[in-house]
Amino acid sequence: MLTRDWLLDDSPATLMQANLGRAWRMTTALLRNPLAVAGLLIVLLLLATALFAPWIAPESPVGQNLSARLLPPSAAHWMGTDELGRDIFSRVVYGARITLLIVALVAVISAPLGLIIGAVAGYFGGWIDRILMGLTDVFLSLPKLILALAFVAALGPGIENAIIAIAITAWPAYARIARAETLTFRNSEYIQAVRLVGGSHGRIIFRHVLPLCTSSMIVRVTLDMAGIILTAAGLGFLGLGAQPPLPEWGAMISRGRTFILDQWWVATMPGFAIILVSLGFCFLGDGLRDVLDPKQGGEK
Amino acid sequence: MMPKEAETLATEAKMAVRTVRTMRGLGGFAVVTALTFLGLLAITFFIGRVVPIDPVLSVVGDRATQAQYDAARVAMGLDRPLIVQFFDYVWSVMQGDLGRSISTNRPVAEDLLRVFPATLEMATLGILIGIVLGVPAGVWAATRRGEWVDQVMRVFALLGYSVPAFWLGLVGLAFFYAGLGWVAGPGRLDIFYQGLVPARTNVMLIDAALAGDWDVFRNALSHLVLPATILGFFSLAFIARMTRSFMLDQLSQEFVTTARVKGVPEWRVIWVHAFKPIRVPLITVIGLSYAALLEGSVMIETVFSWPGIGNYLTVALLNADMNAVLGATLVIGAVFILINKISDVLYRVLDPRSR
Repeated sequence: MLTRDWLLDDSPATLMQANLGRAWRMTTALLRNPLAVAGLLIVLLLLATALFAPWIAPESPVGQNLSARLLPPSAAHWMGTDELGRDIFSRVVYGARITLLIVALVAVISAPLGLIIGAVAGYFGGWIDRILMGLTDVFLSLPKLILALAFVAALGPGIENAIIAIAITAWPAYARIARAETLTFRNSEYIQAVRLVGGSHGRIIFRHVLPLCTSSMIVRVTLDMAGIILTAAGLGFLGLGAQPPLPEWGAMISRGRTFILDQWWVATMPGFAIILVSLGFCFLGDGLRDVLDPKQGGEK
Repeated sequence: MMPKEAETLATEAKMAVRTVRTMRGLGGFAVVTALTFLGLLAITFFIGRVVPIDPVLSVVGDRATQAQYDAARVAMGLDRPLIVQFFDYVWSVMQGDLGRSISTNRPVAEDLLRVFPATLEMATLGILIGIVLGVPAGVWAATRRGEWVDQVMRVFALLGYSVPAFWLGLVGLAFFYAGLGWVAGPGRLDIFYQGLVPARTNVMLIDAALAGDWDVFRNALSHLVLPATILGFFSLAFIARMTRSFMLDQLSQEFVTTARVKGVPEWRVIWVHAFKPIRVPLITVIGLSYAALLEGSVMIETVFSWPGIGNYLTVALLNADMNAVLGATLVIGAVFILINKISDVLYRVLDPRSR
């Protein structure tokens, strides 16, 4: 109880106490929302599955067993086996690693890129703003999937190129948000104070502007995760993303396409994994938005 | 007499000013749209340049001498500055020249014209399903806020964001075609019916109706209904969610309370008082989801072997047929931009507050 009082103190004595108090308040607010908790659990499940895949999966994701081809779901094979006798459940478990890798890399590439472009445009204004935002608007007004497809076509199929292509199509939304946020406090007094003390543009942007954009960015990135997963799976399905024998969920659905009418489980099972993980990120994003960024307030 | 005339004059002047303003707004819009198109062209041009395949080598072959190679390079105009090449590219696109497809060996523009109606047919039926079901569903959820209807709608909407379209297509095929036999399978027509009606518009339903061949019409419809419904599900989820949120805004307004207090029947309060103001923003939402459907059709068409632009694009992708890929990207992108801009203009014209 004492810790709680210390955390919720109205006049925190140190910066750390204030930060911890803020984190505490947000966590409790998030945990009060059942859908957000469900989302959090699903995302944690994805993390754990990816981390402990070798211990969770009963069989190798690539080991073939031609005498056990296309077996329906049973106690031995929870999700059945595919056309090469591989255990689908094991492949789905290992697929979590690939999905996590894709969303993490796309987020790590596109979010900072969008943040910096948006913050620079908003901070400097004028023609820099016009050029950067013009570029952003062009990308925003194009269909993402088609653009990603065209980029992959040019770069060549493969998981690295799929990640690059998705990142290229994902940054503009973040640039828009960062710019809008930057505009609201560009002329505020504390920024002018830093400027008066002699802080450089770079210092102001990185130390005093960008940190304030992060909370709306976290919300947006989480909400975008579902879209990123779907695009990556789509590229895999078309044979442009992860290449066989990698157990990527979209590519697995594509393999099962041939057997969909008789051995439905081959294509269906990986789809459930995609839906579960995407839903998890949607739930978590919705909850985070309510906590971190109440002014966006999509749901009423 | 005089004041009356002056008044008319004043009103006319006001209307003229307003027209000029709208025109100027539209003029600015045209410039922005043109710049966006130029940006799209720049992207497709850039993608065409980063391809690791050497376009000269693919023409002369790898046994050509350096002199032959250089000659071909000059003949293809690849020795000129990039910016000149870019405007050259813009010029040929404006003349409708998208190059030749290496897999069909026909001009890409011709191919696209042939396949586009099939996509249009599916996307249009999809958006109709989305509107007819999505708008009432959204209104219903708004009036029953927090009740089970609302919860079901919310889960439905979130599923619209998290179910892969190609997966839903496959499951739909397994269930409704192979399992229940309610609908026809992949493709646009059964083999038996192919080539029976003359292709006038390439929209199968219209062609069949024009020819008066109702057997073909029925068969085409039973092929179309499943992919269109699945496509429509995604716009339904989005339209219903947006309708609900617009409706909730309206229902909390005082004029709605006033209407209720006056004793206006509930259906009238909902469909006349509250619904009227949200028609304009709904047009934008519908425009946006229509554009998104054209994009979503890439996956659905691949699953259903539907001979539209999405299928054309994926086949071209797998054959590394770059002219066809870039042409299809350009056309889908252009239609996407156009629909977005049109719904934007419509919003400005229809909503007096935005003038």
